[in-house]
Amino acid sequence: MVLLEIRWHGRGGQGAKTAALLFADAAVETGKYIQAFPEYGPERMGAPVFAFNRLSDEPILQHCGIKNPDIVVVLDSTLMETIDVTEGLKEDGILLVNTQKTSKEIREQLKIKSEKTRIYVVDASKIAKEILKMDIPNTPMLGALIKVSKLLEFEPMLESVRKRLEHKFPNRPDVVENNIKAIIRAYEEVKE
Amino acid sequence: MIVARTGNEAMAEAMRQINPDVVAAYPITPATEIVQHFASYVADGLVTTEYVPAESEHSALSACIGAAAAGARVMTATAAQGLALMHEMLFIASGMRLPIVLCLVNRALSSPINIHCDHSDSLASRDSGWLQIFTENPQEAYDTTIMAVKIAEEILLPVMVTTDGFIISHGMERVELIDDDKVPEWLGERKAPYTLLDVDNPITIGMLDLQDYYFEHKRQEIEAMNNALPVIEKVQKDFGDTFGRYYPIVDEYRMEDAEVAVLVMGSTGGTGKVAVDRMRKKGKKVGLVRCRVYRPFPRERMLKAITKVKVLGIMDRADTLSTLGGHLYNDCRSILYESEARPLLKNYIYGLGGRDISIEEIETVFEQLLEIKERGRVDKEIVYYGVRGE
Repeated sequence: MVLLEIRWHGRGGQGAKTAALLFADAAVETGKYIQAFPEYGPERMGAPVFAFNRLSDEPILQHCGIKNPDIVVVLDSTLMETIDVTEGLKEDGILLVNTQKTSKEIREQLKIKSEKTRIYVVDASKIAKEILKMDIPNTPMLGALIKVSKLLEFEPMLESVRKRLEHKFPNRPDVVENNIKAIIRAYEEVKE
Repeated sequence: MIVARTGNEAMAEAMRQINPDVVAAYPITPATEIVQHFASYVADGLVTTEYVPAESEHSALSACIGAAAAGARVMTATAAQGLALMHEMLFIASGMRLPIVLCLVNRALSSPINIHCDHSDSLASRDSGWLQIFTENPQEAYDTTIMAVKIAEEILLPVMVTTDGFIISHGMERVELIDDDKVPEWLGERKAPYTLLDVDNPITIGMLDLQDYYFEHKRQEIEAMNNALPVIEKVQKDFGDTFGRYYPIVDEYRMEDAEVAVLVMGSTGGTGKVAVDRMRKKGKKVGLVRCRVYRPFPRERMLKAITKVKVLGIMDRADTLSTLGGHLYNDCRSILYESEARPLLKNYIYGLGGRDISIEEIETVFEQLLEIKERGRVDKEIVYYGVRGE
């Protein structure tokens, strides 16, 4: 695999950084070389934030920012009103959005002309609210990303996320299980 | 074991495996996580370390000094203002010849206040008698933290191991960890030649030392620094022979037939290597030199590396605010004075306060260096690269 670059858009508190770390963790378990890094600005709850991933079969040497991602993941669709989430996205790249809208509506809203750009949607907030009882869409979006990117195998990824969450929430098996459920549901529900 | 770790996590893992006798620290962005993770290892009983949460960095290093003088293996971590607040005690630690290991996450010194990477903090402590090793990625940060303990204890000088703030400290990468039991086995126990707690052989430490003996003691400290490079080399080789990962004093990348090169420190090494590969694909003979061990300055090795090329672009992630450009630039000009082979030098001050340096920007540096090679002269020796208004 050639070097693949992902940009996550979220708002402070939505877990964009955590999702990027979970994704990297899972990819390492399958033998890939990875990077996951946040872009730290004057961070506050609710402010727009970015996180990034690099993924390759070869060692990754560069430590610069990512300007032309292959995949953009949007955790909060209201960001699209103020930020150009497609900035620098490769023409044949993938845009994955947490939204109630259809991919056609997103394509029109963002005026994406190239048919080569694939757009996927999933209502990750609904999934998060129903299963996690709060609007933290990062783990469901991770499930959707695995589906649309076809980069990693699903089952090993689930196991890796489970391990990381168990480490993070040692006394909350319910939190771990619900996140896993949310990932599976988003994996199933994401569509073009 | 292959895992995904940030630079901070990797350094904390190294500390866990080292299991120092004492860690005294005060949190500061972007180094906080190192001691935060380590504190959880203490709370979870994974280490037997005496952990001292101090009320300031000055106090943290003071506690480290006391413990190290008592014969303990001692570590701490900090960044930027934290290191600045330690400044007074840095000289006490080295002057008392105490092998403390400090994980430093490079962050720009205030003011203006900034939490991101440049090398102004460690370079402002350049003359404090600490060894300084700049690492490129989390793997190297992890390995070097472990090696630093052995280096410090053999030389009897303190060692700073640095990572680039956020870029490496908060950047997750694939890291190969050594088995837990292998690290203490390789390090052995600290055998301090003199300790405060050895009541059968009482000594005095940190005493008044005036015109009569200060100079002799300082001279010994200087000699220890002068003799440090072979020790570093020996430890690096031993580490490589044991664990399979070898590190150089000066990292040379595609320098064999290079005509121009850049000299960098820290994470820019990796970005620069990608830029070298791209230029090579276009048929341009370029290379990269990375200064890994910065103090003591590896005079001979650096000379050998940089005199291979006709033009050298020295990329400094800090300025000396002295009209003389960056630190590496000054060091290299100094060692080249007696050298017969002398490349043309151009100093690029870049990336202050965490300003990103891209592969393309380094490619542009190479293009400029190749132009200088054609022209045979440098028009402007010191430039500020990637800043508005230049």
